[in-house]
Amino acid sequence: MGIIVKVSGPVVVAKDVENAKMYDVVRVSDLGLVGEIIKLSSGDTTIQVYEDTSGIRPGDKVENTGRPLSVELGPGLLKSIYDGIQRPLNIIREKSGDFIRRGLTAPPLDTKKEWEFRPTARVGDRVSQGDVVGEVQETDLINHKIMIPLGISGQLEKLESGKFTIEDVIGSVKTDKGSVKLYMRQYWPVRNIRPVKRKLPPSEPLVTGQRVIDTFFPVAKGGTVAVPGPFGSGKTVVQHQLSKWADSDIVVYVGCGERGNEMTEILTTFPELLDPRSGKPLMERTVLIANTSNMPVAAREASIYTGISIAEYYRDMGYNIALMADSTSRWAEALREISGRLEEMPGEEGYPAYLGRKVSEFYERSGNCVIRSSQERLGSITIVGAVSPAGGDISEPVSQNTLRVTRVFWALDASLASRRHFPSINWLNSYSLYRNDLSPWFNKNVSAGWSDTYAEAMSILQKEAELQEIVQLVGYDALPEIEKATLDTARLIREDFLQQSAFDEIDTYCSLGKQGMMLSMITSFGEWQTHAVEKGTLMAQIQGLKVRERISRMKEIKDQDFKQYYEDSIKEIETVFRPLVAGGVKSD
Amino acid sequence: MINVNYRSISQINGPLLFVEGIENAAYNEIVEITMENGETRTGQVLESRKGIAIVQVFGPTLGMNTTGTRVKFTGSTARVSVSSQMLGRVFNGLAQPTDDGPGIIGGEKIEIVGDAINPYSREEPSEFIETGVSTIDGMNTLVRGQKLPIFSGSGLPHNQLAAQIARQAKVKGKDESFAVIFGAMGITSEEANYFINEFRSTGAISRSVLFLNLSSDPSMERIILPRIALSTAEYLAYTEKMHILVILTDMTNYCEALREISSAREEVPGRRGYPGYMYTDLSTIYERAGKIKGKSGSITQIPILTMPGDDITHPIPDLTGYITEGQIVLSRDLLRGGIYPPVNVLPSLSRLMNQGIGAGRTREDHRGLADQIYSAYANGRDLRSLSAIVGEEALSKNDKTYLKFATDYEKRYVNQALDEDRSIEETLDLGWELLSILPESDMKRVKREHVAKYGKRRKEEDAVS
Repeated sequence: MGIIVKVSGPVVVAKDVENAKMYDVVRVSDLGLVGEIIKLSSGDTTIQVYEDTSGIRPGDKVENTGRPLSVELGPGLLKSIYDGIQRPLNIIREKSGDFIRRGLTAPPLDTKKEWEFRPTARVGDRVSQGDVVGEVQETDLINHKIMIPLGISGQLEKLESGKFTIEDVIGSVKTDKGSVKLYMRQYWPVRNIRPVKRKLPPSEPLVTGQRVIDTFFPVAKGGTVAVPGPFGSGKTVVQHQLSKWADSDIVVYVGCGERGNEMTEILTTFPELLDPRSGKPLMERTVLIANTSNMPVAAREASIYTGISIAEYYRDMGYNIALMADSTSRWAEALREISGRLEEMPGEEGYPAYLGRKVSEFYERSGNCVIRSSQERLGSITIVGAVSPAGGDISEPVSQNTLRVTRVFWALDASLASRRHFPSINWLNSYSLYRNDLSPWFNKNVSAGWSDTYAEAMSILQKEAELQEIVQLVGYDALPEIEKATLDTARLIREDFLQQSAFDEIDTYCSLGKQGMMLSMITSFGEWQTHAVEKGTLMAQIQGLKVRERISRMKEIKDQDFKQYYEDSIKEIETVFRPLVAGGVKSD
Repeated sequence: MINVNYRSISQINGPLLFVEGIENAAYNEIVEITMENGETRTGQVLESRKGIAIVQVFGPTLGMNTTGTRVKFTGSTARVSVSSQMLGRVFNGLAQPTDDGPGIIGGEKIEIVGDAINPYSREEPSEFIETGVSTIDGMNTLVRGQKLPIFSGSGLPHNQLAAQIARQAKVKGKDESFAVIFGAMGITSEEANYFINEFRSTGAISRSVLFLNLSSDPSMERIILPRIALSTAEYLAYTEKMHILVILTDMTNYCEALREISSAREEVPGRRGYPGYMYTDLSTIYERAGKIKGKSGSITQIPILTMPGDDITHPIPDLTGYITEGQIVLSRDLLRGGIYPPVNVLPSLSRLMNQGIGAGRTREDHRGLADQIYSAYANGRDLRSLSAIVGEEALSKNDKTYLKFATDYEKRYVNQALDEDRSIEETLDLGWELLSILPESDMKRVKREHVAKYGKRRKEEDAVS
């Protein structure tokens, strides 16, 4: 049994820990605080403790569990809320009340609950790792596939059907090394990447129902996104919107070092919100990991890995997962804090030198994957990582290391947020490297003109930025009418398309079809007014046209009514502008 | 180990003592220090190794020596006695009474480092607190259980604003017991007197607990003062079922004290010399605000901090803003323009506003109205700086309207008297009145039926006058 020789915050050093291996989980003192071995040197074992170490003293004992930090995987994960090391917070509440006391343990999955297991394989089948042998209806939305754990293959000896708990044996596999029992649950060490056969290039977008994202900066299923922004720029609202409306099968939301009340908001709103596709409560497809800022810092470091391991497990079943990490900066700060306590040589801004490696390792666990199994199966994990740069300046190490590995960048902008332009994604700084990969999909599935309309809108916004600089020097009135028309169209794109209210019942989700029609309505309006101006109409005249209300009220129109509205509007715009355009040219 | 006095101090460095010969001091354990002249101090173990403990001393180390000073390890972590007798009293940073009243007898001994609230136990804050200040109620609504700091600067009237909020805050239609906990870290005696007099003259003192650490008091006490204040708040909220408003001022001094200890410990500094764990440390203060399911009390926090050099990207406001649910930012320009309270609404924010407003809470038009004012004011401000370059003549007629809106907004909406308690209806109606000069086609943030219901009326009155 190990004996503590030093305590400094969450870092504890012990002597003589039995069979100490790197990343073994240990129990510290009589309180049984959970910790993890992070350094070994000549008999001394350095441990990061996942709970508050107040009152721990040299001489207290340390026990090694001999196992690395692992997640428990099986039916019952969905609808749960866990802390950073997968302790179920609802059970912890039953045990210790409203405040989280130390040294508590609780099984992550309900061991008493019986699930109806339906085998899909037959006794005698050859099975290998990752193969699905049966199913459990976990929630109304998700069919939980029971898979052969990785590392096992052989002949199915026994497989039963009926009601089982996760601790019951449901069958067995005859392997080269003997018979192995099958359970509905399995374990996975969180720091290990769950292997896949291979990764495929992205081909389908993650449809989020957010116009600026889907139309301007789309992310592919299996892609990676960095969302940096100063406080108050709406990172969390973007993440919440994505967890609500993105068309992934499952959402894993990791609240890493953020506010307690934000997790409460998810817990209260998600069960009431209905999935726009299935009509079932969103909670049925959600797993929450909540390690708020005031919960122990070491567990915050682990929370990201706990989340991604759960995501990988569901991916292996063949689902598309969206993982939200809010915020990866807090995770990096946890790394920095532990590193500081270990007295490691600091890199940039006090962050450890291995920050870049850890960040890229994490994002590399995303992807559009062919699952490791003898059955052909595809699954994907999309990672959306919020970054909270100090002072909003993205030249800091966490932002820079993240941007190096992610392929989509939604730059949140404080000046947009302060004028309540939400989502405050800056259209000039942001980018999506998936745009070209995904264009064929959009052109085929939404409308043939999708990429052209986007290109036109983007060039108008680009032009606006240039014109704004001139306006700053000479004033608006000094501009030629034609450029005033461009500015006006750009304003319509910004206010009537890019801006989207997360809190408006209708506007919170906008289907791809509606998005396409909205933008094409604005661009065609823009073309009409440019023509009209060319023929001598003044912008002041056009700005007074009542038909503009057609555009400003687009957001209020329901999805199903929009096609009709669009067609009527296009006709009306044409009727209004036809004489203006014809007016200048009297010939016909 | 208890009741053993150690005389084996090997080093005194700033507020830190290095005590040798101790085998098993507990992390965060409280120690009692007796100096050679008989004076006593309290301290806390920051790091413990076999044979050595590093102790942080609360209070001055003046006159302390390595040979004659005795250190006693108490065996327990920091605790404070709390009871409802504390209402109406004044304490120092270690919860010792500094008014003339008797000591606090009995009471419940609780740990000052509170356990984290289980996120599963939290209740979503949604009760609108009417502060009577338009820029807060109308634009950045405060709700019960929220933590909403005031980002200020030296010389700005943050104290007046905090006192005004403490005086006027109420939850409509409810008559519940309500108390203010005031924690002051490193403020001047003048500021302290302002608050004490303010609380006395309004009679609020009987439902207040004051913890004062003045500029001249030991800076180390600033580290534990907010924790003692919040433990008291938690007791009153969750045991005595009261609604507590905690005002903490000035968080900048708290962070300075944190930096002082960090540098004495020779830790690797983060930005501007502040320790890398400052975010985590601050969160253990701010995150203690909230509401708990099934409990009738609540804790609302208004921390005040002065931004060094009015720089909102300085680590203190920066890290605070990442933890708190919004911020109220004061502006020197507005103050110069004679506006009180000089709240710059553009960088200000209340993240929990949506839960506290709307039909049944404030009024159905609140959200859209606030958004409309925000965008119109932002536009007006942009045009103001533009007109400084190109002259007002170069602006279009429409732009001039926005310019006028921004000026009217500051003069009539932001500006209010120190004792002016505006109801939410007054605030909302005032907003509509100001918006009425803008063209209706620009009203994109408000619902059409709301313009008809609340906006039109004002317009007609204007037309008549």
